[in-house]
Amino acid sequence: MRTGSKKRVVRKPNDHVISFENVSKAYTEGAPALNNVNLHIDKGEFVFIVGDSGSGKSTMIKLIMREVLPSKGRVFVNGIDVVRLKHRQIPKYRRNIGIVFQDFRLLKDRNVYENVAFAQRIIQVPGREIRKNVPSILSMVGLAGKYKARPKQLSGGEQQRVALARALINKPDILLADEPTGNLDPKNSWEIMSLLEKINENGTTVLVVTHNREIVNAMQKRVITVKKGIIVSDEERGGYIDED
Amino acid sequence: MKISTLFYCMWQGLRSTFRNKWFTLASVATISACLFLFGLFYAILMNFQHMVKNAQDGVSVTVFFDEGISDERVLEIGELISHRVEVSKVEYISADEAWETVKVYYFEGNEDAEKGFLENPLEESDSYEVFLTDVSMHEALVSYLKSIDGVRKVNEAASVSNMLSGINVIIGYVTGGIIVILFAVSVFLISNTVTIGISVRKEEIQIMKYIGATDFFVRAPFVIEGIIIGVIGSLIPLVVVYMIYNQVMLYVAERFTYLSQLMQFLTVEEIFANLTPVCIGLGVGIGFLGSFTTVRKHLSV
Repeated sequence: MRTGSKKRVVRKPNDHVISFENVSKAYTEGAPALNNVNLHIDKGEFVFIVGDSGSGKSTMIKLIMREVLPSKGRVFVNGIDVVRLKHRQIPKYRRNIGIVFQDFRLLKDRNVYENVAFAQRIIQVPGREIRKNVPSILSMVGLAGKYKARPKQLSGGEQQRVALARALINKPDILLADEPTGNLDPKNSWEIMSLLEKINENGTTVLVVTHNREIVNAMQKRVITVKKGIIVSDEERGGYIDED
Repeated sequence: MKISTLFYCMWQGLRSTFRNKWFTLASVATISACLFLFGLFYAILMNFQHMVKNAQDGVSVTVFFDEGISDERVLEIGELISHRVEVSKVEYISADEAWETVKVYYFEGNEDAEKGFLENPLEESDSYEVFLTDVSMHEALVSYLKSIDGVRKVNEAASVSNMLSGINVIIGYVTGGIIVILFAVSVFLISNTVTIGISVRKEEIQIMKYIGATDFFVRAPFVIEGIIIGVIGSLIPLVVVYMIYNQVMLYVAERFTYLSQLMQFLTVEEIFANLTPVCIGLGVGIGFLGSFTTVRKHLSV
């Protein structure tokens, strides 16, 4: 395991897909979740964000999703100043970002097919294209045979695959994964990570927030470590830094 | 927006109505209860108003003329009065007709007493009986009638008209008050029910917003669901009130014949001609507003 390196990754500004410039975020006064963070992620990168609970990892995801606004600084995603987005512009902005969560967040009353198709319906993709695209993406995540199943009939790993299929069907530039293996056993965790790697190889920028030390260390990707709202390490081919 | 998207939202709203059956039932029951009370009060108050209106139609002012007035002037006065906006009808009553009425009223069964009158004691008592369109205009009409040249005396109906206009005003206030209270109560209850129902589905809204759904796309199924609930919630009390009203009218007609002769009740058709659109409108309005405003609280994801 490689720990303690403070080497910063320098990027060409034009290639940045995600940029944090002096970003601070405080939910309550005097307790910043993020403190003066500078971060650049380029097109096609696979990045792990690691850190303790409450270190500010999820706040970074929320800022990228424009769920919250920074208290200070600017966040750019695909060249868009997220702070300046108007409420009505947010839906279109989010369609370029796929997101998966630890708890999958599937629509429980709809089957696998409808959960995935939903992402296409909201961008008004014609029905015949949806009927073509959904089976194709379900095949990619290995769930072609389970399109009629309801989320509660699936295992955790399968539910996460559905969530991945839903996140990917609109071909986003960026895929955010907030603890995607948090509720999965090691076998399913690795299957999901393999899928994420495959997605990344196809050109999608992948940002994974995780606690999974084994996976982070084994995959040898860029690792950003956050502690108390500050980036304490940003390593190319990094590893999980022990907190003590 | 594509028509297919609109149909999709409508279908989702319809599905959701059946899927969340407990929420639907609670909302329908709340709207139904409020609109049932509204329907009952409406039927009672409309009948009250109808009875007062009937009583008003019978209120008249009698105009007597100066002695020796010419027939032409009497006709002129009749023309002047009938052109007034507050006048619905003018009836000429000759002195002979007036005496005939008095005879029937006072001497029925005592015809001997009547024989003491050799001539018409009401000679020179020709009159106009003037009926009002609105009893609240009684005072204005009386002042006008008194000012007409050739009019000797005006028999007012001040106490009756004052009482009836008073009742009218009270009915107006009571109707308004009950409608405002019931509306406020129903909006409060609906808003609570919808808030509980939607907070359960807050996660669903969040998921939609994360994927990039517009506010319209998220809100439309909820609003359609609200409208469906509103329509069902208004149809149930309409049917119940219809049945109750019919039964009560039948019962009154059978058991209290004197009451139905004394008072003229509105028919169920007359009541429902206005109550149906008002009730459905209120149901749809409450359902729409309740879901629209409550979903809005969760859209800032």
